[in-house]
Amino acid sequence: MSPRAAWRLETLGYRDVYDYVASKMDWLGAGLPFEGTLAAKARLGTLADPQVPTCRLEETVEGVAERLGSWELCLVVNDEGVVLGLVRAEALSMGGGQRVQDVMREAPKTFRPHVTAEEFAPQLDKSPRPWVLVTNLDGTLVGVARPEEIHAAAQREKEAGG
Amino acid sequence: MPTEIDRHEVQRLVEQGAQIVDVMPTGEYELSHLRGAVNVPLSHLPEKAQAELERGRPVITYCYDSL
Repeated sequence: MSPRAAWRLETLGYRDVYDYVASKMDWLGAGLPFEGTLAAKARLGTLADPQVPTCRLEETVEGVAERLGSWELCLVVNDEGVVLGLVRAEALSMGGGQRVQDVMREAPKTFRPHVTAEEFAPQLDKSPRPWVLVTNLDGTLVGVARPEEIHAAAQREKEAGG
Repeated sequence: MPTEIDRHEVQRLVEQGAQIVDVMPTGEYELSHLRGAVNVPLSHLPEKAQAELERGRPVITYCYDSL
């Protein structure tokens, strides 16, 4: 639709016309600010905890294990913050001078920050998961959301009238 | 000929005073739109453009996806 609109604007005499071809899906997927009724709703991006532990491929597992705290996982990211994989707490406990890249596992499916709790809760019911990995469209980490918090937010908004 | 741009270019042009135009129907615009965008639905483009858009400033159009 937007290419047609851009061309039409030119025929109407607008001389400096641009078309954002990737459009709103790309904008929202990148976690950029938006307005509208959905902006006030709880979304994966607002529910995700950005304090989830992260580590680098070349780190030793002993060093990572020390900062895990109560988390059961650590996300492996690169210098750009792109999620490359994850390591679980039990893998970190093996030690032995291993590096993260030796014990890293593939990260699960990721979800975009603009998806609302109400939209996502039914998906969680169909495909339960212990936590939800939220990334921007370019794969950069936003955080990890807890299913119970997603369900609670969805319930609150349902009770408030959607 | 309209110039195709990415989100980085959108941000740069907006900083320079460009107008953002959401061409989706009003109901979808009200759900979510880029910050500062005005709604000029394709179905009412000539009259809405006349009312909403300044001719002397760059205009950026977008819809929901690239299809």
